[in-house]
Amino acid sequence: MAVANRESALARVAADPVSRRKLLAVTGGSTALAAFLAACGSDGDSTMTTGAAAGGKSGTEKFGKGDVGILNYALTLEYLETAFYEDVAKSGLFRGSDLETIRKFGSEEAEHVSALTGFVKQMGGTPAPAPKTEFPLKSARSVLELAATVENLGAAAYLGQAPYIKGASVLAAALSIHSVEGRHAAALNTLLGDSIVPDGAFAKPAGAAEVLKSVEPFIVG
Amino acid sequence: MSDQTLAQPELAAVQVDVNDSEDLSRGEVILKGALAAGAVYGAAMVGPFVGRALAMAGGGDVGILNFALTLEYLESAFYREAKTRAKASGDLKKLIALVGRDEDEHVGALTETIKKLGGRPVAEPKFDFPYSGTAGFLKLAQTFEDTGVSAYNGAAPQIKSAEVLEAAGSIVQVEARHAAAIRLQNGTEPAPLAFDPSLPKAKVLKAVEPFIA
Repeated sequence: MAVANRESALARVAADPVSRRKLLAVTGGSTALAAFLAACGSDGDSTMTTGAAAGGKSGTEKFGKGDVGILNYALTLEYLETAFYEDVAKSGLFRGSDLETIRKFGSEEAEHVSALTGFVKQMGGTPAPAPKTEFPLKSARSVLELAATVENLGAAAYLGQAPYIKGASVLAAALSIHSVEGRHAAALNTLLGDSIVPDGAFAKPAGAAEVLKSVEPFIVG
Repeated sequence: MSDQTLAQPELAAVQVDVNDSEDLSRGEVILKGALAAGAVYGAAMVGPFVGRALAMAGGGDVGILNFALTLEYLESAFYREAKTRAKASGDLKKLIALVGRDEDEHVGALTETIKKLGGRPVAEPKFDFPYSGTAGFLKLAQTFEDTGVSAYNGAAPQIKSAEVLEAAGSIVQVEARHAAAIRLQNGTEPAPLAFDPSLPKAKVLKAVEPFIA
């Protein structure tokens, strides 16, 4: 992808909270409420069930088989978040308590990276490599917008994978990270003056294909 | 573990903590306040509500959903009362309205789902929240939201149905968002730990029991 395209697309998303929310809405897939309705299934309408229940695929197969693929997909996203916060902390755009928050969130993403790496190895898999990343760091506001976009998307990504996870301990780990991503997203939304719950009372999941497409502009190699 | 009961539990001090453990799924979770006080809630404290909730809860996913419903009832009632009791203004007043609305929606969705799965939703108990003023409200709100996150995270791996799991996941993320926002209002870190601890059902029920009137 050409650099110019990447920058313009990103700038648009980063600068515009409406398109950011729209992006999240588009990547949302089935709503939780629909999932609740599907859960009853008393009318036997299988078309109402989600991908996981219908035996669908997680979309993480290219990262490995089953839970290892899901963990490596999550690891790739965590690498991206870690690199983002490192770049932001070094950018000089933030100081004081905002900088502390960025460092804290970044260190938590780094902990997610090491935990997921350990998990993949424990399961006999090969951890996904760290992608080479590049982020537009133009102004404090646009960086916070981008941070919120990434965190909201990250939370939606974990939620989207939860129904596909087979192992109870993998699921427990994913959930314990998922809610932290949700906390990060809400804190950043608060800083921006946006709603802490952009999807309302039920957070929306995002499928792997949509998530990967959304983060593609940040991956340069 | 002692059978000793707490005459005056340090309610606001009931906080969820976790040891740094390499095994995330087995993170040692404790109820800090109660344990630090050198007392634990004994079997004698298991009041009629908890007994009834467990009896009616049923097994499997319905049981977990009823457990979640109990927590959502508590939160819903807490924020409903807070509209007048918390003496909040400005951003906090708006936050209380927003979070309360979300908790009400969780109650509604869980109730419907339990019915559709052929289960019987547990009845809403009467609650008693011992706090005063904005600071007291915020402290208790933080405890409830953090405990809610840990409760869902602890119960979710036992869920059988993919749809129920996804729904529980979508609720726990919202609880985590509430927790972060309440923590910011409290002047504390929104995400204090890299991994949210999980809390087993029995400990959650014991933690909320003191608030059942």
